[in-house]
Amino acid sequence: MAGEPTASDTPWLDKDAEPLIRIKGITKKFGEFIAVNNVDLDIYQGELFCLLGGSGCGKTTLLRMLAGFETPSSGTIVIDGADMSQVPPYERPTNMMFQSYALFPHMSVEKNVAFGLKQDKVPNDEIADRVDDILKLVELQDFKARKPQQLSGGQRQRVALARALVKKPKVLLLDEPLAALDKKLREHTQFELANIQEQVGITFVVVTHDQEEAMTLSSRIAVMDKGEFVQIGTPTEIYEFPETRFVADFIGSANIFEGEIVEDGADHVRVSTSLGEIYIDHGQSTKMGSRVWAAIRPEKIHLSKKAPTKSGPNQAAGKVDDIGYLGNSSIYKIRLDTGQIVDVTSPNQIRPKSRTHGITWEDTVYLNWEPSSAMLLNK
Amino acid sequence: MYGKRSRFLTIMLVVGMAFFYVPMILLVIYSFNYSRIVPVWGGWSTRWYGVLFESEEVWSAVGLSLEIAVLNATFATLLGTLAGLAMVRFGRFKGRTLFGGMLVAPLVMPEVITGLSLLVMFITLKQLVGWPAERGFTTITIAHITFSLAYVAVIIQARLTGMGQTLEEAALDLGAKPFRVLTAITIPRLAPGMVAGWLLAFTLSLDDLVIASFVTGPGANTLPILIFSRIRLGLRPDINALATIIILFVAVCVAIAALIMFQQQRRAMRDEQIANREVA
Ligand SMILES: Nc1ncnc2c1ncn2[C@@H]1O[C@H](COP(=O)(O)OP(=O)(O)OP(=O)(O)O)[C@@H](O)[C@H]1O
Ligand SMILES: [Mg+2]
Repeated sequence: MAGEPTASDTPWLDKDAEPLIRIKGITKKFGEFIAVNNVDLDIYQGELFCLLGGSGCGKTTLLRMLAGFETPSSGTIVIDGADMSQVPPYERPTNMMFQSYALFPHMSVEKNVAFGLKQDKVPNDEIADRVDDILKLVELQDFKARKPQQLSGGQRQRVALARALVKKPKVLLLDEPLAALDKKLREHTQFELANIQEQVGITFVVVTHDQEEAMTLSSRIAVMDKGEFVQIGTPTEIYEFPETRFVADFIGSANIFEGEIVEDGADHVRVSTSLGEIYIDHGQSTKMGSRVWAAIRPEKIHLSKKAPTKSGPNQAAGKVDDIGYLGNSSIYKIRLDTGQIVDVTSPNQIRPKSRTHGITWEDTVYLNWEPSSAMLLNK
Repeated sequence: MYGKRSRFLTIMLVVGMAFFYVPMILLVIYSFNYSRIVPVWGGWSTRWYGVLFESEEVWSAVGLSLEIAVLNATFATLLGTLAGLAMVRFGRFKGRTLFGGMLVAPLVMPEVITGLSLLVMFITLKQLVGWPAERGFTTITIAHITFSLAYVAVIIQARLTGMGQTLEEAALDLGAKPFRVLTAITIPRLAPGMVAGWLLAFTLSLDDLVIASFVTGPGANTLPILIFSRIRLGLRPDINALATIIILFVAVCVAIAALIMFQQQRRAMRDEQIANREVA
C-alpha cells in the first residue's frame, strides 16, 4: 500500500509487537447454542477497535467475556500479559460502558463517577481531583450534583463514559455507546469519542452494529457474523478490499455479480459475468474456471448518456428504472437488458442549468468503471 | 349507546362501592350509639369509646398485637429479602426449584393447616427441648414470621427480577466486591420493596386470627382474638368503637402512603422536566 506507515500507528503489522489483548480460540455456548465460535483476535495498545456485526451475532457476548461477566466455554483471554480466566470482573484491568449506561439512580453524577475510585481506596482529595478532571473532559463540571434522572440522554452517555474512564483502565469496553442517542447527536459524539480516546490514550474496544460509526471511529474493525469473525482490517481495507460477499454487502453497498474466471494473469483477471466481461487490473490467486463474485461499489460506476466509442470490458448499458435524489448526490437504479438492477450513485457536482435533470426516467444510459474498481470475492 | 353504557357502569360502580363501604359506615355509626343493644338506636354518644379506653384487656391486646406485628415485620423483611436474593441472584444452585416452591407454599396453604402444623411443632419442641415453655407472644411471633416471610420473598423476587442485573454488573466492573455491591447498590434499590414488604407483613400479622388462635396460649390475646371472642357472645357496642378506631388508623396509613407516592411521582416529573430543559 502507498506510504510506509510507522509501526506505532499500525502495531498489528509489526510481527514483534506484543498485543495488549490476546483472544485465543474463544468459544461461548449457551446450552447448545454457540454464540461465539472459536475466535482469535489480537488488539494492541492505543487502538480503537470496533466489533461490527448484525443483531445477535455475538458482539456483546464477546465483550462480556472480556469484562468477566461471562465465562468462556473454551479458549483463553490474556490482557496485558495476564491470563484472565480466574480473574473476577472487579479485579480486571478493564472498565465497561454499558449500552443502557447503567448509572446508579440513587447517586449523584459526582458519586457515580467517584464510585470506582472509592472501591480502590483512593484518598478522598485525590478522588475529588480526578472526578473534577474527568468531568471537565466530558464537559459536565456543572452537573456534579444532578441525579442521572435529571440529565438528558447525551449527558447520561457522557457520565457513563467519565465513570468508566476515571479509573484509567488498560482497556475500555463500550457496548453500543451511541445507540441510544438521536442521529445528529450521535454524529457529533462519534468525533468526540475518538478525540477523548486520543487524549487519554486508553485502548477502546467498541461494539456497534452501525457500519458508519465503525468506519469513522476505528483503527481496525472486526466484522462478525454468526459468532465468527469474517474479516479483520482497517476501515479502508474492509471497504475497498472485502474478502467475502457478506463483508462487501454489509459495509456500504455493492453490486455483486456471479461469474467465472476466463483469464488469470499475473497482474490482471478477467471475469465473465451477467454484467458482461469485467477486467480487474490486479492479480488474485484464483484458479481458471472457478466460481467467483465480482463486486462494484455504486459510487465507482460512471454514468453517461453517450454510447461508448469502442466495445470492451467494464461497460454495460441499461435504462433508468428509478432515481433517488439526495441533494448532494443521486442514486440511480439502472435496469439492464437482462432485467438485473444495478445501483449507481453519482455526486451532483454541477448544478443543472434547467430545472429538469440531465438523466431522467427511462433514459438509455451507459455504465463504465475503472479496471481497478471491481473487487473479486471468492466466497 | 355510549351514554347508556356509561350509566350502566356508573350504577355498577355505585353498587360495588356500596357493597364495600355500607357495612363499614354502619359500623362507625353504631359505634356512636348510646344504646347497649347494638341494633336499637338510642341517640348519639361517645359512651363506648370511654368504656373502651378504660378496659385493661383491650389495651393489653393492642399492645401485644403491635409488638408482634413490628417484630414479625422486621424479621420477615430481613429473612424474606435474603430468600428473594437467593432465588434471583444466586444463579442455578442445587435444589433451587424445591426451595422456590417451598418458599411460596405458605401463600397457598390453608391457614388452618399452617396453624395446626405450627401448633404440633411447638408442642413437640416443648417436649423435646422444653422451649417454648408456654404458648403466647413467642409462638405467635414465630408463626407469623413463617408465613409473612413468604409474602416478602415474593415481593422482593418480583422487584429483583424487574430490576435486572446491569447496575450490579456495573458496580462489579468498577471494582466493588460482591458484598459491597449488595450493600451499595442492591439493598438501596430494594429499599422501596422492603418497605412495602415490611408494611404488608405488619398488616398480615395485625390481621391474623386463625393462625394466632392455634398457636396462642392462655392469657395471650391479640386484638383479633379479643374481638372475635367477645363478638361470639353477641354484637357489642364497645367492639364497634374499637373497630372504628382501627378503621381510622388504617385510613390514615393509606393516606400517608398515597401522599408519599404522589410526592415521588412529582419528583420524577420534575426530574424529567429538568432533563428536557437542558436539551432545549
Ligand atoms: N445469557 C444468555 N443465554 C442464552 N442465550 C444468550 C444469552 N446471552 C446471549 N445469548 C444469545 O447469544 C446470541 C448473541 O448475543 P449477543 O448479545 O452477543 O448479540 P449481539 O451481537 O450483541 O446483538 P445485538 O446487536 O442485538 O446486541 C444471541 O442469539 C442471544 O440470543
Ligand atoms: Mg449487544
